[in-house]
This record gives sequence, structure tokens and C-alpha cells, in this order.
Amino acid sequence: MNIMSEAAVEKALDQKMNTVPYKMIGKDVSVYYGDKRALFDVNLNIRENTVTALIGPSGCGKSTFLRTLNRMNDTIENCRVTGKITLDEDDIYDPAIDVVELRARVGMVFQKPNPFPKSIYDNVAYGPRIHGLARTKADFDEVVETSLQKAGLFNEVKDRLHEPGTGLSGGQQQRLCIARAVAVSPEVILMDEPCSALDPIATAKVEELIHELRTNFTIVIVTHSMQQAARVSQRTAMFHLGNLVEENDTDKMFTNPDDQRTQDYIMGRFG
Amino acid sequence: MSTSLLLLLIVLIGFISYFAGRARSLAQANGKLSNLHSLPGYHGSYVAIWAILPAALVLGAWLVAAPMYIDSSTRAILPETVQTQGGATVELALGQVKSVAGGLKRLTAEELSSLENGSANLRSTLAAKGVALAGEGEPYMITAAQHFNAMSVTNRWLMSAVVLLIAIAGGAYAIRNIATRFRARNQVERVILGSLIVASSIAILTTVGIVASMLSEAGRFFTMVSPFEFFFGTVWDPRFSAAGSGGASGQFGLIPLLAGTLYIAFVAMLFAVPIGLFAAIYMAEYASPRLRSTAKPLLEVLAGIPTIVYGFFALVTVGPFLRDISAQLNGLVTGNYQNFIQAQSVVTAGIVMGIMLIPFVSSLSDDIITQVPRALRDGSLGLGATRSETVKKVILPAALPGIVGALLLTASRAVGETMIVVLAAGVAARMQIDPFEPMTTVTVKIVNQLTGDLEFTSPQTLVAFALGITLFVITLGLNIYALYIVRKYREQYE
Repeated sequence: MNIMSEAAVEKALDQKMNTVPYKMIGKDVSVYYGDKRALFDVNLNIRENTVTALIGPSGCGKSTFLRTLNRMNDTIENCRVTGKITLDEDDIYDPAIDVVELRARVGMVFQKPNPFPKSIYDNVAYGPRIHGLARTKADFDEVVETSLQKAGLFNEVKDRLHEPGTGLSGGQQQRLCIARAVAVSPEVILMDEPCSALDPIATAKVEELIHELRTNFTIVIVTHSMQQAARVSQRTAMFHLGNLVEENDTDKMFTNPDDQRTQDYIMGRFG
Repeated sequence: MSTSLLLLLIVLIGFISYFAGRARSLAQANGKLSNLHSLPGYHGSYVAIWAILPAALVLGAWLVAAPMYIDSSTRAILPETVQTQGGATVELALGQVKSVAGGLKRLTAEELSSLENGSANLRSTLAAKGVALAGEGEPYMITAAQHFNAMSVTNRWLMSAVVLLIAIAGGAYAIRNIATRFRARNQVERVILGSLIVASSIAILTTVGIVASMLSEAGRFFTMVSPFEFFFGTVWDPRFSAAGSGGASGQFGLIPLLAGTLYIAFVAMLFAVPIGLFAAIYMAEYASPRLRSTAKPLLEVLAGIPTIVYGFFALVTVGPFLRDISAQLNGLVTGNYQNFIQAQSVVTAGIVMGIMLIPFVSSLSDDIITQVPRALRDGSLGLGATRSETVKKVILPAALPGIVGALLLTASRAVGETMIVVLAAGVAARMQIDPFEPMTTVTVKIVNQLTGDLEFTSPQTLVAFALGITLFVITLGLNIYALYIVRKYREQYE
């Protein structure tokens, strides 16, 4: 691929950023764990086919916000969410919404690679199988192959698709988890510090992958690494103590942030 | 000096040594603890160990060896006439001498002298003092008893002196060793390591001993009844009345007992596994923490009920209930109110044993299911799977090796269960496949064979050891197989 042309495409995309439509809209989102309030009226919108990075010091609520987007907080006892979050106009906390369908539309990749104790093939076919996305063996083979290709893993594992997914290296496992999420054809993929358990080379591969996935998916990524946020995202949102401090184009955030706290955090004065 | 007083003294010396060692190390430290290689407490313990341990070991050895020596020396002075009769007679005489020796201590000097010149009767004199003699007693016994008493007294003094000397010497030796760079800590830790090894080898050696004794008794059984007859015989008829009369020795066929054991265990597992497993899944995956925190202990209470209580339950409730309901059912269908389930039957025992096993299955499986990492659960839910899909496709497969292990463990418990079967399934050793008829198990027959007043020489009682070792091999096999399964699947899943 021609590097210049890629850069040019990116620049064009970045300039158009303000005109990209919203995929998800969060309005006055607050989260409570029992009596403790973890998020304070966050208003944050996620743009379509964009990588949005959520940054901030530990315990600032960025992961909590991420998990509200596909209602993974439902699995935590005593967790309560108020406010409104929509996905393409649908209120995802509407009782009429089936949380299972929502999670098929908004997939998730976790901090630690968590392949199921099954073969590589079955790991990827898991989602399509439960959602009935494929029927014949040929269909499944195709879904598995394209998903693994999208995750950049196919060439590494094509000869051992039926060996356990847990036998892969950490970076490969994480890409397998991304392939697993991709296989369900979600609209949004949430990533909760996807590289924090990986070595630098595996991290580079996953970042490259995130970059490519943006053409087909809307991506929200929580990260502790400023460099990573700068490298992979177009929009960045900064959280602090459960509040959204600032949300802006990534370039602007890292060069000329509006808020002093963002400046301090990026410069490493706290965190 | 009595043994307990001696022990107390050793411990006292140990205490003193501890403080002496501590004080000496502190003195050497010159007020700066970091001069010492080990903390003063370690130095104290080191000295105390040297004071107590060798002395205690010598005391123990002495207590075992000295009586043997005294006995043999007393045996040697018994008259020729007794000694030539050998074995049992000598031991009997020795026993009498010892009771005379015990009695002599209570006599006054006057009574003693009248005994010695033969004017008083030995037996009646001692009886008056509360010491009963088995026989009439002979004059030589008085001399032998006096010899015995004298030796015992010397022995006591000698033992006390030697042991106390060793304790003091040990302590003194250890105190001399104390220096700033002396590694008391390492020495003390080595002693602790040694005691840990001794403790664990006691457990292992006991098991080996039990198995060895069972094997040797079973071996005696197999010299009377051929192993082929035992392992492949289909008739169990030990003929208690013929015991000891030789010739007719009864038939000891294992097969009916084994069939009953496995059949009843199978029925029990049929009840316990689905119910226990479902309960475990509910507890681990669906129940709210509040429900879980009350329901789980309640379920585990079932495991604490003694099995004999389950036996009552089977005998007075479940058995009659099944009998009556079968009579009603039969009446409704055929018009003939004849029960087809016996009050004591395979199903009765199976159901009640199944109830007993439910908490084992559910508690063990619950622990295993909750150990499945949360990451796997989140991964599945995050892909849009429902809870039930997550349980079926991710959690149960991941927990399978553990669950299989738990089930095999439960099965070996079912095979070894006794009290429920005695009361619920009866004692009739029969070979049949109707679950509504009584059958019996290996364990029940072991109890049966040993609760009589037969001596341990007839095949009727020795067969219990052969049965025991068979049962042991079965449960051992189950446990080994459980380990094998767990290993095999673990390779696949991790």
C-alpha cells in the first residue's frame, strides 16, 4: 500500500470529522454501583466509522462508560444506569430492546484475551452459531475465514484451525477475540484496553488491525497509553473522576487541548 | 520419678534453656540486634530444641526397651520347671509375677515377712489388698516379684537420671554454640522441616499399614477359598452355622454383592447427578447473592446428616411410601392391589442414597463452576449470547473436567456407603435386575460377617477382608480414573 496515499486519505477523513454522523449518542449518562456514583451526567457521542479513544487516569469511569454502551454493566450486581443512550435512534435501555440483540450489534473485546476453551474455528463460529448467521458448513467456513482474515490472523492459523484457541500466543489470542467479535458482524466494537496484556510487537499488530477495522466498524477503545490513543484514534474523550472533561479531534487533544486537566494528564503530570 | 513428672521436668529445662539461649545471644549482640545472624528468639528455640528433643527421644526409646529387658531378666529367674514348659505357660507365670509385684508394694513389712516364711497364703493376702490373682500363686513368685520390683525401681532412677542429664547436656552444648554469626534460624527451620516430614509420613505409613493388614488377612482367606471361587462365584452363602466345623465352608461368590453395589450406586447417581448439577448451575449462575448465601449452606447441611439417619428415613418413610404407592398404582391399572415395589428394594436405597449425594454433587460442581474465569462469561455475553447459552456452550465445557472428577468422587462414596443400604436395601444377596426387589452390597456383607462371635480364623469372617480389599481396589480405581480424566481434559482446555 502506498504510504502517501494512505496518509492523504486519513487527512481527508480527519478534516471531515465534524461532518461524520453519530452512531451512538449518550445523553446525561450516570452510573451507580450501589450507593457509589461512578459517572456524572456524561454527554458523549460516538461518530460512525471512527475510532474514539477514551482516556483518563485509573478509576475515572472510562471503562464504566464503555460498558454502558452494550449494557455489560447489567451483569454486575447493584449497578444502575440513568440517562439515555441511543444506537441509530434506538434507546438501548428501552425495556423493549433485547439485550442479546444489542450485544450482537455492539460487540466487545476485553482487556485480557479470553478465548473460549474450544478450537480456533469454534471460537470464531461461536457468535454466528448462536445468532443463526450461518447454516451450512460452507457458510461457517466462509464466516470463519473472512473474520480471521479481517483480524489479520488467518495466515498464521489456517493450518491449525481445529487446535485449541488457548494454545495461541497472547497477541494471537487477542486477535482471535477480535475475529470472534467481528464474526457476528457488529456495527460497533468496544475495546477495553485491548493491548494492556500484550508485548509491544503484538500491540503494534493489534493497533494496525484497529486502524483497518475502522472502514467497516465504529470502534470505541479505552486505553491507558497516550501514544496508542494518538496513533489509532480520530476522536479522543478525556474522563476524570467520573466526569467527561473534554472530547475533541485527537490531533487537537494532543496538541492544543481546551481543558487544563487534559493538558496535565497528557503531559503526565497526574494519572 | 514418674514419666509425666520427668516429661514436665524436661519441658521445664527446655523453657529455661530458651531464655538462657535468648539472653546469651542478646548479650553477644552488644545491644545491636543486627549483629546477630538470627533473632534472639531463634537462638532460644535452638537451645530449647537441643534440650528437649534428644532427651525426649531417649525417654521414648527407654520406655519401650526397658520393660522388655526387665521382663526377659525376670523370665530368666523363673524356676526350670516353668521354663521348660515354654511359650504360653511362661507368659502366664510372668503375668502372675507382675500382679504379685504390684501387690507386694501395698503390703506392710510384717505381712511381707509372713508371706516369705510361708505362714500366710499369697492369694488371700493379696486379695485383701484388692489385687486379684488368677491362680493360687507359688513361693517362687514372691522372689521373682521382688526381683521385678527391684529392677523397676533401679530402672526408674536410672532413666530419670540419664534423661535429665541428656536434657541438661543438650542445652549446655547448644548454649556453647551460640555466637553472633551462628545460623540458629536455619537450624530451627531444619527441625521444623523434619517434623513436617514426620507428620506427613505418619499419614502415608498408616494407609500402607491398613492396606498391608487387609492384604495379609485376605491372603489367609484365599488359602481356604480359591480366588477363582471368590471373584467369579455367583452364589453368596457363607453358612454361618457351619463355621468352625470344617468341611462344609459355604460359598463366597463376590458377583451378587458386586452387582448389588454397582446397581444401587448407579440408581443413586441417576438421582443425584441431574438434580445436583442443576442445583449447582442455578446457584452459581442465576441465584442472587442473597439467595445463594442462604440456600447453599442449607443444601450443605444435607451433607452433614449422618447416613444412619438417612437409613431411618428410608426404612420408615421412603420404603413404605414406595410400597404403598406401587400397590395403589397396580390396583388402578390391573385391579389387583398387590405392591410391586418391596419396602426394602434397590430403588428405595438408590433414591435415599441419591438424596444423600445431592449436596456432594452440587457443592463440588458449584465450586468448580464458579471457578470458571469471569472473562469467559463476559466474552460470551459480550458476543450476545444469553445466560443459558453461555452456561451450555462455554461454562460447562470449561468446567467439565472438574465436574467429571467430582462425579467420580461421588460415585466412590456411593460404592462405599453402608448404613443406608443396610436399612433400605436389605441383606439378601441375590442376583437379579428388578430394581423393585431387595439386593445387597459389599459393605453390608462386611458388617454382617464381622458382627458375630466367630473367631478370626474361619473363612466366614476372613472373607470380610477379601471384600474390603476388593472395595478398596474399586474406589482406588475410580479415583485414579477421575484423575486421569481431569488431566486429559485439562490439556485440551487450558
